[in-house]
Amino acid sequence: MSNAAISLKDLDISYGDTKVVRDVSFDVATGESFALVGESGSGKSTVLKAIAGLAPDWTGEISVLGKPRGHGTDRTFSNTCQMVFQDPYASLHPRKTIDTVLSEPLAIHGIGQRSKKVVEMLSAVGLDQRFRFRFPHQLSGGQRQRVAIARALMLEPKVMLLDEPTSALDVSVQAEILNLLKRLRREQGLTYLMVTHNLPVVSFMCDRMAVMNKGRIVEIAPKTALYDGSFSDPYTLDLYAASGGNPDADPAVAAASDTKDP
Amino acid sequence: MTDAPLLEVEDLRVSFATPKGPVEVVKGLNLTLGREERLGIVGESGSGKSMTGRSILRLIRAPGKQTAKTLRFDGLDLMAQGTRQMRRIRGARISMIMQDPKFSLNPVMTIGHQIAEALQVHEKLPRRDLQARVIEMLNSVRLNDPERVAKMYPHEVSGGMGQRVMIAMMLIPRPQLLIADEPTSALDVSIQAQVLDLIEELVTGNGMGLILISHDLNLVARYCDRILVMNGGEVVEACTAPDLHKASHPYTKGLLAAQPRMQETRDELPVLDRSGGVRT
Repeated sequence: MSNAAISLKDLDISYGDTKVVRDVSFDVATGESFALVGESGSGKSTVLKAIAGLAPDWTGEISVLGKPRGHGTDRTFSNTCQMVFQDPYASLHPRKTIDTVLSEPLAIHGIGQRSKKVVEMLSAVGLDQRFRFRFPHQLSGGQRQRVAIARALMLEPKVMLLDEPTSALDVSVQAEILNLLKRLRREQGLTYLMVTHNLPVVSFMCDRMAVMNKGRIVEIAPKTALYDGSFSDPYTLDLYAASGGNPDADPAVAAASDTKDP
Repeated sequence: MTDAPLLEVEDLRVSFATPKGPVEVVKGLNLTLGREERLGIVGESGSGKSMTGRSILRLIRAPGKQTAKTLRFDGLDLMAQGTRQMRRIRGARISMIMQDPKFSLNPVMTIGHQIAEALQVHEKLPRRDLQARVIEMLNSVRLNDPERVAKMYPHEVSGGMGQRVMIAMMLIPRPQLLIADEPTSALDVSIQAQVLDLIEELVTGNGMGLILISHDLNLVARYCDRILVMNGGEVVEACTAPDLHKASHPYTKGLLAAQPRMQETRDELPVLDRSGGVRT
């Protein structure tokens, strides 16, 4: 199990008296990109929140990079695991400049050379240096999401929790952010746990996915299942059909890609 | 009469005054919509697609300004209608479904009341008939137990149910043209398909025209006959839905390519160059 970046075992999560997630167990290998798929209310974001320490009322086991996670906030934990939120319009402080937002995690952890690190990070996420002293309202949605990703990466975590990072963005901007996330993962050897309801995004970004419905995982499938719809659970099949199935499901294309990535 | 298109728009322009002078958000748009035709308008945020939808109903508020050479609906010149006459057309003959049911329904009125109100404004009916029409309508948007739903308040229903209520409200006066502005972007994928299937069924069954406004190319291609692609206030491409993949304009091609596919083999998605061209 030392290979697992994130390991969840029999995880139950409650908000007050309502249990919203039941019996969730899965492992995400180091360097893997794993997706949690499901509808609103299926508990997928809650799982991310529990891992990040934002939903403290859980039972079971959560361990990240081999270390079991406690229930409270944990400073050493934020060095290894960071989260990017869904809505870049809501997740950045409106009265803090990008520079402040990015240097804050460094200040909290007492890390020096902040200015240099901020400059480096801005270019790593593809933002021009002129954005450094601007406020969030002066940035577009895509640029803000880049800032949110940069903020999450400031402490050089190994594990990233992504909560629908592109659902608030336009198609062409979504493509830019997905490319960015893919490149960062390749360059920094990151592990991704990504929540989404967009199956094509899973196909582009992830290696495996867990499908959640009503707080439980109904199926864990490799992304190749998206090519031919070879899911076993009826709920997953419904979700797949509602997403339009695979319009490119041409037998010749499928055969060609099979030979390319076995 | 029946050969004439349901809606004719020629040289539609919408502009807003800013300190730096007027900004045109719709720049000379032309479109025609036949009876029982389903037209999709696709574009990204700020492309002017919603403004186009609103301007057909003359819903552009000051300081916005709207001009058109022709804006004719069923032989009627909409530009020449006064405020009061427009009110009579809105809802009764042209209706619009908005994006988010959470913000479009009155929170302090029961659903049954709101739907009845939509009908009452345009038709005088005895109360019993009114009630029957509401229940019938709720039934046709496939809400289980319509009597119970009619007594509920908007906060008691889910997003998908709320959107069905909106559809019921918009269709109860039996309009000839339905404008749906991102009717499903606030909904889950599985509910999206149900709501669109429902709109499609009600539209084709009743000889209505449909304008579906969305940012989702594939979705529009699935539910419409013809597609207009908008960028920067202009229509950059018009094609029939089955021919979408043969699109020739670089912007449309860029949009299509930027979308991840179910069977993704590319390592990187091509992105649109902000200057207008396509970079891979």
